[in-house]
Amino acid sequence: MTFIGWLQIALVLGAVLVCAWPLGHYMARVFEGEKTILSPFLVPVERVFYGASGIKSNKEQSWRDYALAMLAFNAVGFVALYALMRLQTALPLNPQGFSGVAPDLAFNTAMSFVTNTNWQAYGGETTMSHLVQMAGLAVQNFLSAATGMALAIAVTRAFARSSAQTIGNFWVDMTRATLYVLLPLSVVLAIAFALTGVPQTLSGSIDATTLEGAKQTIALGPVASQEAIKQLGTNGGGFFNVNAAHPFENPNAWSNILSIWSMLLISTALTFTFGHMVGDRRQGTALLIAMYALLITATAIVYWAETSGNPLLAKSGVDIAAGNMEGKEVRFGQALSALYVVATTALSCGAVNTMHNSLMPLGGAVPLFLIQLGEILPGGVGSGLYGMLAIAILAVFIAGLMVGRTPEYLGKKIEAREMKLAMLALLILPLAILGFSATAVMLPTALQSLANAGPRGLTEILYAYSSASGNNGSAFAGLSANTPWYNTTLGISMLLGRFAYVVPVMAIAGALAAKKKVPASSGTFPTHGALFIGLLIGVILILGGLQYFPALALGPIVEHFLMLAGKTF
Amino acid sequence: MLAQLRPALAMITIFTLLTGVAYPLAMTGLLQVALPSSANGSLINRGNAIVGSKLIGQSFTSDRYFWPRPSSAGEKGYDAANSSGSNLGPISKKLIERVEGDVATLRKAGATTIPADAVTTSASGLDPHISPAFATLQIARVAGARKIPEAQIRALVEAAIERPALGLLGEPRVNLLQLNLALDAMRPEGAG
Repeated sequence: MTFIGWLQIALVLGAVLVCAWPLGHYMARVFEGEKTILSPFLVPVERVFYGASGIKSNKEQSWRDYALAMLAFNAVGFVALYALMRLQTALPLNPQGFSGVAPDLAFNTAMSFVTNTNWQAYGGETTMSHLVQMAGLAVQNFLSAATGMALAIAVTRAFARSSAQTIGNFWVDMTRATLYVLLPLSVVLAIAFALTGVPQTLSGSIDATTLEGAKQTIALGPVASQEAIKQLGTNGGGFFNVNAAHPFENPNAWSNILSIWSMLLISTALTFTFGHMVGDRRQGTALLIAMYALLITATAIVYWAETSGNPLLAKSGVDIAAGNMEGKEVRFGQALSALYVVATTALSCGAVNTMHNSLMPLGGAVPLFLIQLGEILPGGVGSGLYGMLAIAILAVFIAGLMVGRTPEYLGKKIEAREMKLAMLALLILPLAILGFSATAVMLPTALQSLANAGPRGLTEILYAYSSASGNNGSAFAGLSANTPWYNTTLGISMLLGRFAYVVPVMAIAGALAAKKKVPASSGTFPTHGALFIGLLIGVILILGGLQYFPALALGPIVEHFLMLAGKTF
Repeated sequence: MLAQLRPALAMITIFTLLTGVAYPLAMTGLLQVALPSSANGSLINRGNAIVGSKLIGQSFTSDRYFWPRPSSAGEKGYDAANSSGSNLGPISKKLIERVEGDVATLRKAGATTIPADAVTTSASGLDPHISPAFATLQIARVAGARKIPEAQIRALVEAAIERPALGLLGEPRVNLLQLNLALDAMRPEGAG
């Protein structure tokens, strides 16, 4: 670790916070329907969209109608994307002439992009036509992110309102998230990426003759436009197989910084939006501090593990002063590679500029654990905020148990119904992750897909189901996941991780919105101070540790000690 | 749910046209006009032929050129239509064997200390850069093969080192294709 390295990390995180603050307040105004700088252009556009779709924009929905609208929208999106992939060979904009995508892979991929996971069991440049990339995958990059933002706003309203029967209108929230936030930011970011050298063309590939006379086919495409939304929307599905490690997706230090900045931006901003909308900015800041404290700690661990280098390579005669360089690009450096590893998994992004499967044992344990914590630091666009709020409810409940008072959060009494629903949501992830992993390690067909033997093999499987259930999408990518078993079970994990999680959260929102806001009294546990932040961090770590420590001990932790003992597999 | 079907269908259609067709096509149009070189992949021409992209590494095996990092992209490495890392973990036997093989090759070519990037595969398999240390240890070999004084080659390498942006962001590095093109420009192919 070097001072310059930490300075780079500090600069990037500082830039995120500086930009997230105004964006957060701007988003609050957008979702509260107030006038913003873009309103004169976009209000007429909104009106056309609602008119054409038969949506009454001034009519709010109950939590049930809100959730049903969200499910219907995602179901239609899934079917459209599935059809597009199956039929790509008969459709235009397929310069490389790829054949239709196999049913299991199309199911997996459609589920993956609709749930904001962007797990990719395929190599982009060898499987998907430009039409699928643009009109299918990139569309869901926008819409799955907009869905997440809408849900987070609905949950925020539940805390902000008193004795309310409605929590907003899904169609309006989703439309505004896309038109006012995602699309304008994407345009600016795509131009910025292009300035750093990211290509944007409709041609498929170009043949070059190398200096030694060999033929090199260079895959190209509309990369900049897709790169922008995949980072902003914490989607993470790359145009190319190796994602943001590919020099066309991420050509230099500037693009690398833009890439990290843009994936952290909206999720961070949403904590300010939350504070603004519930009428107490300190509440949003408290969540933000807990998130960033853990994010920076995690970065320190990865940075330390990776700069320590691989002792087994040192024994083979390699100078490991530059740290672990297997699976890393020269141009990024260890500091911003470490920050990228942490940001992409503390969010639900899943873009990578480093191959996670070649990280050091403890360097790889961190992203795995961050995904298992539920990606709330600061988490996916929208999903991070409502995930963090579920944990906050649990934290105040535990605090309430300790002092023997009915727990309250933001003036809302947390009672049996909310607690049951919160537990239901929080238990979905370990059930899917550990249940499917345990099944996979007993199936010979599933084990054939492993790239590494020994403890890393277990970690590959564990990481795959964590990534899918947590809607992350990054991978210990040696695992050959494009098999019917993995495509199907990982697809189901994504489905559970998104929708089986969100529906109870929406039910909590409905229940909380209907409650009266009680004014704070001397007995109220303040949820903006250091004590609450500490409690929140403690609950996150204890909950995650209890659920996953046994599995982590058998994977990366034992691998670390085997490495120190000089054992190979 | 059925009542929501019409808005769902309509919204998917509208947003596909907006975000899936209008947005990428507008960006393509704009960037093709404003930044034609990078929009088309930062290709490098020599004479009439495209010799590669500034951003994409390529394979070099001759002693007359600086060598790149090992690559896992495609079967032979540096397949720019099939990017890939090795995905080998730190205690993988395959990794250690591969590294030991590459260390032996470099030692035979005269290297003493072996920098980490020289024997590890990059994340993309297409890393266009090598570290200044890896470039420096190849100077003697390239100079010998080309029968050019080492000092001249060293000056070329020094000039090719790209520094971190603002002295801070990123790493010092050498773009291999550009360095090798500069080598060829020093003395035309076949004349050495």
